[in-house]
Amino acid sequence: MDSVHTRDKITRVVIHVILIVMSIIMLAPFAWMILTAFKTVSESTSLDPFVIFPSSWEFDNFVTVWKNYNFLILYKNTLLMIFFRVLCAVLTATMAGYAFGRLNFPFKNALFMLVMMQMMVPSQIFLLPQYLMVSKMGMLNTQFALVFPGIVTAFGTFLLKTSFQGLPKDLEEAAGIDGCNIGQKFLLIMAPLTRSGMVSLGIFTAVIAFKELMWPMIACSNVASTSLSAALAKLQGQFATNYPQLMAAALMACVPMIVIYLVFQKQFVEGIATSGGKL
Amino acid sequence: MNAKKMTAAQKNEAIWGIAFVLPTIIGLAVLNFYPIFNTVWLSFFKTGDFGKGNTFVGLSNYAGVCSSGEFWGSLFNTFKYAIVEVPLSLAIASVLAVFLNRKIHFRSGYRTIFFLPMVAAPAAVAMVWKWLYNQRYGLLNHIFGTDIAWISSPSTAWLAIGIVGAWSIIGYNMVLFLGGLQEIPHDYYEAADIDGASGIRQFFCITIPLLSPTIYFISQTRIISALQVFDLIYMMVDSTNIALKSVQSVVYVFYQYVFTYDNKGYGSTMVVLLLVLILLLTVILQKLEKKFVFYN
Repeated sequence: MDSVHTRDKITRVVIHVILIVMSIIMLAPFAWMILTAFKTVSESTSLDPFVIFPSSWEFDNFVTVWKNYNFLILYKNTLLMIFFRVLCAVLTATMAGYAFGRLNFPFKNALFMLVMMQMMVPSQIFLLPQYLMVSKMGMLNTQFALVFPGIVTAFGTFLLKTSFQGLPKDLEEAAGIDGCNIGQKFLLIMAPLTRSGMVSLGIFTAVIAFKELMWPMIACSNVASTSLSAALAKLQGQFATNYPQLMAAALMACVPMIVIYLVFQKQFVEGIATSGGKL
Repeated sequence: MNAKKMTAAQKNEAIWGIAFVLPTIIGLAVLNFYPIFNTVWLSFFKTGDFGKGNTFVGLSNYAGVCSSGEFWGSLFNTFKYAIVEVPLSLAIASVLAVFLNRKIHFRSGYRTIFFLPMVAAPAAVAMVWKWLYNQRYGLLNHIFGTDIAWISSPSTAWLAIGIVGAWSIIGYNMVLFLGGLQEIPHDYYEAADIDGASGIRQFFCITIPLLSPTIYFISQTRIISALQVFDLIYMMVDSTNIALKSVQSVVYVFYQYVFTYDNKGYGSTMVVLLLVLILLLTVILQKLEKKFVFYN
């Protein structure tokens, strides 16, 4: 019995060692980002490998980057893009998901096939025509351009359809007897029950929008109208080798999302896990 | 369904149904389906000088792309990236998921840490890794005492970028694996314990076979999204980097042609070919699924 116990203990220790090593690998780039952001250029390019910490923690790099690139505007652009995309995606997908999951109407299967087809197509194929459309509308470099490709979501429709199908049938029937029409049933009874599906879709949409690089880069090439990700790409072109400033910018771009993630981590992980794979 | 034979209630339901899907369907038509046809259409045209005036050229863009070493090279590079990213991230993620599926201390803390790269912008991730990989001042060469030109040498750059791709996605794959693991009944492991099977033996004889639908599903989606890699390459490899030719992916070359050289027809042709390739691969992978995946 004693040997089984020690074997168990050894296994436990080995597992923790592996997990700790992996944690270090996952965290080290973030730590290095923070440390570099506080260094001076000469500290960061010191050939002495023992210069790990900056000699004094000064915010000079953050100030310089903030002055060169108006981060306040970048935060605002990114926040509004996320807000409108989440709003539009959740609204349209919840409505369509309810119809596909719960109602009967002509061409239902054919239309749902279209939704499924969109999910199989690599998104780069939409890019040039979407750009040409926005350009023709004269809306390049606007908030509208940032939101544009994310107004509807095939994936979200699929996700919400699954949520609605999981709800019991009698709820709706009871509401029908009480004299609710379909719109009231949807709004008052069914939609509130798929809250977790909506939250998943919302988080998912927000993370995707935040991480997106190519669309904001082409549709909003002007630094004053673009998103954080695309601004980082521009910044890298300008400060090419000034790594402390680049790291300060990268840190400022990432911190808000990381803080939100740490606060709502349960919803994040579950939301992204239930939305399975489509990232 | 014949409209005339519908009862009033059915008709009412049909109207609500159509009204509810209409915004999504119109949106998809404008934002996705029209663009597919538009891109295919553009691939038959040559864009004139200064991006003005399109001339119909039939299939000559396709002939041009298919006979260019650049396209095949970029396709080869894309597969090289996928071959590093997908197996590496799946192998590490599955092991981590098995560990975190046990009752151990600090479980949710580990999960939070591994998932962290998922919420960082790829642009920022690429920047910090580019700095870590820096030949002269980078942390990696300092730690290992080496002098490797990680991302500016054609022989290591694809590996280095693939590792960053794997690092970014491990936590996500792990969470998906955890979902699959929680569906495996616990009695199988208890029975194996009684029979004296070791943990490693249990992993290969119980976990892997029962997890195979999840493994297959994740591999499939990972392969397809790895074939669309762009962000990391765009951010980590400068246009003056000598390794560029050996790492530039199909989407990267597409981006350059369409948005830098303004040769929209030629670029569109590449992305149409990528679409065909991805659809073919999806069909093949789904055929293979029936052969390899174990369902109860």
